[in-house]
Amino acid sequence: MRHHTVLETWLRGLAIAVIVLFFMFPIFWIVLMSFQTNETILRSPPSMAFVPTISNYEAIFAGRLDSNVASMDIKFLGNLGNSIILSVGSVAVALLLGVPAAYAFARHKFRGSEDIAFTLLSFRFAPPLLVLLPLTTYFQALGIADTYFGLIWVYQLICLPLILWIVRGYFEDIPADIEHAYRTAGHGWFATFRKIALPLAMPGIAAAGLLAFIFAWNNFIFALVLASADKQPVTVGALAFVTASGIQYGQIAAAVVLSIAPTLMLALYAQRYLVEGLSLGAVKG
Amino acid sequence: MNGLAIEGLSKTFKDQIVLDEVSFDVDKGETLVLFGPSGAGKTVLLRCIAGAVDQDSGTIWIDGHNVTATPPEARGVGMAFQNFALFPHMNAFENIASPLRARKSEPTKLEESVRAIARLLKIDHVLAHAPRELSNGQKQRTALARALAAEPGLLLLDDPLRNVDAKLRFEMRLELPRLLAGREATVIYVTQDYKEAMALGNRIAVLEEGRIAQIGTAEDIYLSPSNIAIAKLFGDPVINLLDVVPDCDERGAFFDLSDQRIALDFLPEKAVGVPCTLGIRPEDFTITKADVPNALPVNIEAETPLNEKTVTLAVTPLGQELLASRPAGTAIHGQDSAGYVFNSRKILFFDSKSGLRMDNSHSNEKRSE
Repeated sequence: MRHHTVLETWLRGLAIAVIVLFFMFPIFWIVLMSFQTNETILRSPPSMAFVPTISNYEAIFAGRLDSNVASMDIKFLGNLGNSIILSVGSVAVALLLGVPAAYAFARHKFRGSEDIAFTLLSFRFAPPLLVLLPLTTYFQALGIADTYFGLIWVYQLICLPLILWIVRGYFEDIPADIEHAYRTAGHGWFATFRKIALPLAMPGIAAAGLLAFIFAWNNFIFALVLASADKQPVTVGALAFVTASGIQYGQIAAAVVLSIAPTLMLALYAQRYLVEGLSLGAVKG
Repeated sequence: MNGLAIEGLSKTFKDQIVLDEVSFDVDKGETLVLFGPSGAGKTVLLRCIAGAVDQDSGTIWIDGHNVTATPPEARGVGMAFQNFALFPHMNAFENIASPLRARKSEPTKLEESVRAIARLLKIDHVLAHAPRELSNGQKQRTALARALAAEPGLLLLDDPLRNVDAKLRFEMRLELPRLLAGREATVIYVTQDYKEAMALGNRIAVLEEGRIAQIGTAEDIYLSPSNIAIAKLFGDPVINLLDVVPDCDERGAFFDLSDQRIALDFLPEKAVGVPCTLGIRPEDFTITKADVPNALPVNIEAETPLNEKTVTLAVTPLGQELLASRPAGTAIHGQDSAGYVFNSRKILFFDSKSGLRMDNSHSNEKRSE
């Protein structure tokens, strides 16, 4: 056990505090803003002293945006719902397709397997705008523009390669002998996948799923072009706060806080699996 | 036939021949040791038998069934891996129980069987532990217990004692034959340790570069190795090799060593006038005085004890190092200049060019049933 002097401990604490402050400050500031009115936000110089108000949250939950000039309807909660449907849906589909595919690429080297895996990765190379125009035409012809189905399909461009490539690495790290041992013990290949490969790659699957969720949640451009108002996620919906009579900073801040919340909760939940992965890794060798 | 039969098994990895037409039979209940240097193809061969690796060609029969195309789970073999390959997310109990679970064993019977095999292997007190909490010895015993749990007809043990310390290895070497004896299982045991090979197997198959170089009892292989490499693998201290050109004249067979004529009682016909490598086991040398007739003239350089033996290192006038061993505690006349005498009937004659043994060669001989 190493012993630290008081000064060392103190300096270490200070360093951590500085870093946390640096990274957390924008979020902290947004949380503060979400409890203020536009007047207190925009005063100069800015001050941390204000009377907190929950009017911003009220406006979002009520679906009415009141400014000093006019009031308009917003569907922020609907947008939040859309974000959840789209992100959860596309991550679920990507996991369902990507995890077995990753296993196949990791364990069964077949002719052209590397090429297929690379092609899937290359989906991430093209700028989204490049594919959007033809995609819009196709989607309209197929009648799946402005549907959850169509959007979740497009979101696979974001989620699937990510999950495939991260999870594949985790499958490759599982010693093949462990799977051989399970099969010689008398279990079929599917049981081996389910009882050995999946649990041992779970930390990787959790990490990849979380990342894919964050990317899907933060996606803007696909939904902007392919979805109409009632299918739009929060990222696009937030544009509504930029009104003719000015930008509603307070409401935007409240909306941001609400839209960060699901991702944050998911990350906290997934942390359990990520840490479990670290302790399993200690077995190797 | 019962047991295991391998016919013409070949495997190539990226242009490298790992197994080259390997064929052998093992009787039901027999223990065959697969022995050879690392990279000889032992582990790949074992994996082909288990079904973990697909061979390029050849046939595998287990208990009379052609299992060449059978998936590993249906071959009914038990296997212990060199690196244990325990399931890290299951405790020792579940690891051992896994073959029984695959066979849908009754819960009470399953529990009973696991505890019985664990008791036998002295790991019943750690059944609730995860593999990472086990010592190396306990891991290895758990892996063995898992291989034995379902009482398979064919047991494949891939150098199971490789990764445990010397004391445990010795303990297990004593325990294993007793453990295997009551099971009537055919056992294939892979090892790189010739003492383990000689202690455990009914027969030993020596693999060299993907081929079976020799197959026979431990005694067979020790007394008549089919080539120089095998002669060097078996025996500690290692066999002495002496390059000479033996010849025959009116006074009998002989060879010259630094202008000194050494007579031979026995010389294979093929060896006359041909460059030969003589293999002489250290225990077949007796140290005498330098002027004894037919003694190899040597200078004694050093002596060292090795397992209950005293090993002497001596050098011939030509600079060849020769080892002699004798039971510890027996004295020799203490002088530097001495002679090594030997019984020429115990000499092994190898062709220097091919490395193969010359007299009634056993090389590549297949066992006929």
